Amino acid sequence: MSDEIRLIEVKEEIFADNRKVADDLRKRLQKERTLLLNLMASPGAGKTSLIVKTIAGLSNEIRLGVVEADIDSMVDAETVVKAGVPAVQLRTGGFCHVDASMVNKGLEGLDIKDLDLVILENVGNLVCPAEFDTGAHRNVMILSVPEGDDKPLKYPLMFSICDVLIVNKIDYMDFSDFDIEKMRSRVLRLNPDIEIIPVSCKSGAGIENWLDWLRSLISDQGG
Amino acid sequence: MHELPVIEKILKVALDHAVKHRVKRVLAIHLEVGELSDLEDQWMQHYFDHLSEGGRAEKARLVIERIPARLQCTQCGEIFPFAAASDESNVCPVCVTGDCRLIAGKGYFIKNLEVL
Repeated sequence: MSDEIRLIEVKEEIFADNRKVADDLRKRLQKERTLLLNLMASPGAGKTSLIVKTIAGLSNEIRLGVVEADIDSMVDAETVVKAGVPAVQLRTGGFCHVDASMVNKGLEGLDIKDLDLVILENVGNLVCPAEFDTGAHRNVMILSVPEGDDKPLKYPLMFSICDVLIVNKIDYMDFSDFDIEKMRSRVLRLNPDIEIIPVSCKSGAGIENWLDWLRSLISDQGG
Repeated sequence: MHELPVIEKILKVALDHAVKHRVKRVLAIHLEVGELSDLEDQWMQHYFDHLSEGGRAEKARLVIERIPARLQCTQCGEIFPFAAASDESNVCPVCVTGDCRLIAGKGYFIKNLEVL
């Protein structure tokens, strides 16, 4: 073997293998007619509250399950089970996001065949979860009013990969300088196809629009 | 925040290729990183040095090329730079329509390895 420096061509996307696992998972769930939603947001934006509202609004019409990803706690899964749907807790053990293999593992704890919709509550932050395909059919994020309308400027990747943006805590709007039109134009330049749904999980305002979006998604899927 | 899984992946891909090509040492890894990724070069190298300790890729240099975020006009196809942190509108500089899509600036891509 010579001691000369050589160049080896690699040409590899580093998350290619995760994408493959994610694509396989998406296909498998589609066959089972189970829709997977990946819900992302900062801590405290209202992920668990939105899930609880969704359960309250849809559990009579749709069979729902929840995968709760958390760095190391069971609090959210307990809240969801109390709300009346099957939930599994996925502890990421310090990881700041979930990837498709972790979701596969989490789904083992649910009877997929009996579910129309599974919501994955991703780990709370706007950075890491944006980089990892979870195998979900749709990405949904929440931005809450107290976080500010500048977040699309700071976390462009997250806003660019989501199908729906829920703007939560609109009941705080009067107490803040959050400019929803400014936010809207910042988001749309990153992602012209994104659906923006303002809600308040507290007052219930706008929740029906979110539920309608989910209903139409599920019926499009052949439900 | 997610340096660890990203760097673990980079190291794994590099080592897989190193084994496949029976190289003694990996001296450098040439990467393309999208501008919209928030990892700092310095920290990536720091994590890499730690994770690669004792292996074939120990102390390999990460040569990172940042790929700028770019938009493409859906009307005329013009490609132009995107300033993520500004409030500039996305109007196409050629045909002045506003329907432009982000086409570059995401992800991590390993181009090649310098090896011994």
